[in-house]
Amino acid sequence: MDWESIFSNTLESAIGRDAMVFALAAIGLNLHFGYTGLLNFGQAGFMAVGAYGVGITVVEFDAPLWVGVIVGIVGAVGLALLLGLPTLRLRADYLAITTIAAGEILRFIFRAAEFRDFTGGSNGINGFARDFTNANPFNGDFELWLISFSATQMWYLTVGWALVLLSVLLIWLLTRSPWGRVLKAIREDEDAVRALGKNVYAYKMQSLIVGGVIGSLAGMMLAISARSVQPDNYGTPTTFFAYACLILGGAATIWGPVVGSMIFWSIMAFTENLLRQLVENDHIPDSIMSGVQVGQVRFMLMGLGLALLMIFRPQGVFGDRREIALTTR
Amino acid sequence: MSRLLRGAVAGIGLLVVVGTLLWASPAGAQEPGADDPAEQEPGQSQQVSGTLRYKDDSGEDVFVEGLEVTVESADGSFSETVTSDEDGRWAVEVPGPGRYTASIDPDQLPEDVSLRDEDRSALTVTLAEGESRAVLFALQSGEGGRGGSHFFDRAARLSVEGLKFGLIIAICAIGLSLIFGTTGLVNFAHGEMVTWGALVAFFFNVTLGWPMVLSAAIAVVVGAITGLGIDRGLWRPLERRGTGLIAMLVITIGVGILIRYVFLYQFGGFTRTYADYQLQTEGLELGPVTIVPRDLATILISLGVLVAVALALQLTRIGKAMRAVADNRDLAESSGIDVERVVGYVWAAGAGLAALGGVLLGLAEQVDWLMGFRLLLLMFAGVILGGIGTAYGALIGSIVIGLLVQLSTLWVAPELKNVVALLVLIIILIVRPQGILGQAERVG
Amino acid sequence: MTETTPSPNTGFTRIRVDAFEDVPEQPGARKPDPILVVESLTRRFGGLMAVDVDHLEFQRGAITGLIGPNGAGKTTLFNLLTGFDKPNTGTWSFNGRPMRGLSAHKVAQAGMVRTFQLTKALSRLTVMDNMKLGATGQTGERFFPSLVRSRWRGQEKAIEERAEALLERFNLHHMRDEFAGALSGGQRKLLEMARALMVEPELVMLDEPMAGVNPALAQTIIGHVRDLAADGLSVVFVEHDMDVVRTVSDWVVVMAEGRVIAEGRHASIVTNPEVIDAYLGRHHGTPLDPAEQERQLAEAQAEIEAELEAEERAREQEGA
Ligand SMILES: Nc1ncnc2c1ncn2[C@@H]1O[C@H](COP(=O)(O)OP(=O)(O)OP(=O)(O)O)[C@@H](O)[C@H]1O
Ligand SMILES: [Mg+2]
Repeated sequence: MDWESIFSNTLESAIGRDAMVFALAAIGLNLHFGYTGLLNFGQAGFMAVGAYGVGITVVEFDAPLWVGVIVGIVGAVGLALLLGLPTLRLRADYLAITTIAAGEILRFIFRAAEFRDFTGGSNGINGFARDFTNANPFNGDFELWLISFSATQMWYLTVGWALVLLSVLLIWLLTRSPWGRVLKAIREDEDAVRALGKNVYAYKMQSLIVGGVIGSLAGMMLAISARSVQPDNYGTPTTFFAYACLILGGAATIWGPVVGSMIFWSIMAFTENLLRQLVENDHIPDSIMSGVQVGQVRFMLMGLGLALLMIFRPQGVFGDRREIALTTR
Repeated sequence: MSRLLRGAVAGIGLLVVVGTLLWASPAGAQEPGADDPAEQEPGQSQQVSGTLRYKDDSGEDVFVEGLEVTVESADGSFSETVTSDEDGRWAVEVPGPGRYTASIDPDQLPEDVSLRDEDRSALTVTLAEGESRAVLFALQSGEGGRGGSHFFDRAARLSVEGLKFGLIIAICAIGLSLIFGTTGLVNFAHGEMVTWGALVAFFFNVTLGWPMVLSAAIAVVVGAITGLGIDRGLWRPLERRGTGLIAMLVITIGVGILIRYVFLYQFGGFTRTYADYQLQTEGLELGPVTIVPRDLATILISLGVLVAVALALQLTRIGKAMRAVADNRDLAESSGIDVERVVGYVWAAGAGLAALGGVLLGLAEQVDWLMGFRLLLLMFAGVILGGIGTAYGALIGSIVIGLLVQLSTLWVAPELKNVVALLVLIIILIVRPQGILGQAERVG
Repeated sequence: MTETTPSPNTGFTRIRVDAFEDVPEQPGARKPDPILVVESLTRRFGGLMAVDVDHLEFQRGAITGLIGPNGAGKTTLFNLLTGFDKPNTGTWSFNGRPMRGLSAHKVAQAGMVRTFQLTKALSRLTVMDNMKLGATGQTGERFFPSLVRSRWRGQEKAIEERAEALLERFNLHHMRDEFAGALSGGQRKLLEMARALMVEPELVMLDEPMAGVNPALAQTIIGHVRDLAADGLSVVFVEHDMDVVRTVSDWVVVMAEGRVIAEGRHASIVTNPEVIDAYLGRHHGTPLDPAEQERQLAEAQAEIEAELEAEERAREQEGA
């Protein structure tokens, strides 16, 4: 057993690409679900819009990367409006179903051969990250104790985590203000808020837009760091992952989604590496678990973990026990 | 708390049963890794290939050059597009055994060529290990045309397909709707009940070699028991504990993921077919439509079951109690109905029906670990279209969705057919959030 | 009207009472200075006509009691008037301003604020935050200004002071930093009223403010309702307890099966045969609608539990 590699992979995952991308996605969801009570299950759709915004603009229209980023953000705002205008009046559970459907519609469209000229069909889009790579100030590998990243990795991780910090700052500023107070009140009971003269609909829309834009940044970072956009990376499971991160860290807390994502991906990496080594070293016989099945066990653990968390510690790692106790009445 | 623990133990027990049942199923019994493309021996290449040709008016073979053919694996993980050469030949190397779809874009065909059957621009083949397959796109000279009687032929055929599909959705979705109606729970793990039914039947029919009908019956019973067990072991204790409905919704998502991957772990990522009723070409001719016995049976069984369900809801004591609880839980409770017991029945019946739906879906298409999850959104669409919480609404809504999905291929590419249904779902929610048969909620 | 009013401001009370001197005691009666006028308002649920009001006026500065058997349509009327539900036909005006089609938040901003029959405390907000939420026109509630604290800090302070004063008055000050979810049922009713006042309304519409509250607290709430009127606000409240209705209301409107069947001072209402008929006659021998009964029982139960819990918490805190 190579414990060193297990731990090094685990540590790298805690601050690696997935942790960064899903921290962003979960920060957006936190504003939706944690603060406003909007059950948005279409976050992957927002991510896709960000990613394809960049990909299509840069590859099909030969525009520079920053234009692509703006297009992606505008696209996310557009999706929020398109999705929110009709659906924000719906009950929480209906909203969940609608947003999940909208996310799937987007994915179907992005991967359809019909629109292959624009979206690359199920092959996706490549070759839009050149501007980003060229701007890389790092050269040479980075090593610190068990962790090592290449210059490319260092570059997108730096940019990505900087975006995470900026988003956290934004959420902090927003949620400590009276604006954030209205959001939280909407989460509790929107009719009561309406009766006090607040335009609930407008607030929900603002929340959907801001969280959606942060989600689109997550999608862009995923695309840029992988240097390609793959439609199936933006499916419903991606949204579920983001929820798992959020709930693990604690919804409606500032750092919850970030820490949740870091913990989530380290657990995923740890179990994957541990099991893989156990299988490879024949500590687990092949008849019980094969190499591919290791990946599947991770998903099982994630599903089980999500359910157990929701049952036994719905406030997550950071949440206030007292606060949650009030809702479960 | 101890109740919850007991529930958890029961739940885990159930999973163990699931596991052991599936343990003996093909994936578990096969050579390890044999069903995984990534672990194939290198050098053993597999192909999907074909020749694009048609006979011109004089009966000469003409080859179509430069047409793009796309080959995709069923799970979407593999996709490649090639162009046919001057002899109309094309070939795609695929990574391993599994189900692949080869498709062409009919609009790209030369002017004077068309598909003999517009539906068949995408063809699906299943490759065994090491196997290569040729697929043939049936081309003809001249316009196939989407207009005229040909259009109506297709519409008629698709209507029958749609009816069948809609009935299957309905059978699967009644439970979803009734569970929501009686408990308020939006069950994102309902698709897994569908898969579960299909897999149990597969185990008995294929692994043990029992007759299909018997296997299906067992699947329904096992499904119902599982439903009851999940209610007793998980939802009821959670409800007593005071877990909120939104929290429960998220829990169903977690449980759904867990079960899905248990299925994948045991069954493997492949699509398989039942041992019986597979190859059927001869059937009942109804005008332009040929209905093979399997489909006819599916339609008749579905109709029969749905009528039986409707009658049971209308006439039996427990059926009336279910409707009463769905209509107004408090009122039902205060008029002496044992709501928990009724909910238990709803779970058993709903899960049993979902299992049956899974078997029918497995017969109509194929069996794989994700089949129920793929159907979930269509079930939601049907249920919401009809008015969530009502049994009859689910029925009507599902049939409409089934028809819609199939008929939409008259106008849009088959791969976009679900988009149409999902768009309808969203539009319905906007225009009439309570659904066709549902009621508005009250404020204050 | 003969009752003595313990309100500190008897001057207002006299004027208020006098307002009804020339008003005939019959449904649809015109008032000298109506704040809210309802015209041929109907709302139908399937085959059920939940509200069917020809003409109804509410006097400015007065306390109007709205009574009627369960299912009479009182809550539905509130919902319609405050923009929470849409009528099938009809119009209404508030301070002469037509209100039909206005959404709920616009109605509240116009100065007409309602509370709910089933109390809506915002559980995971503190009592103070509940209160602050009521204030209208906050700069900090707009998206971009909210990011810059200096833009809203001053206003927030002023709002906080107003909230403190109201909490003091409603005897909730000691709970100001607790989550609202920790309040007892009665305290929630108080909070909801106090929060409504933060909007600085002209008309408050209270849906059963005393339901499920113990008699002592009910007396306190009665006092508060009176103080509102003494401060010049107009009040409409729904109540089932006729004793309460007698002690607080200047004018009583009776609804049954969606219609206004009687209007007048309390004394004339209790002897009105139509009213007796509505409460007893047609429903003679029929018990409460089971759902309603169930709901009331559940509410009372929740109340008791909340009270017990609050006590337990108090004990825990003492222990700690
Ligand atoms: N959303 C709704 N859908 C269907 N029927 C409704 C709805 N809201 C109210 N009703 C019906 O309208 C009638 C009037 O209800 P409402 O709540 O206004 O009565 P109420 O006078 O407030 O009664 P209570 O004193 O019990 O609170 C009742 O018969 C009720 O069942
Ligand atoms: Mg009422």
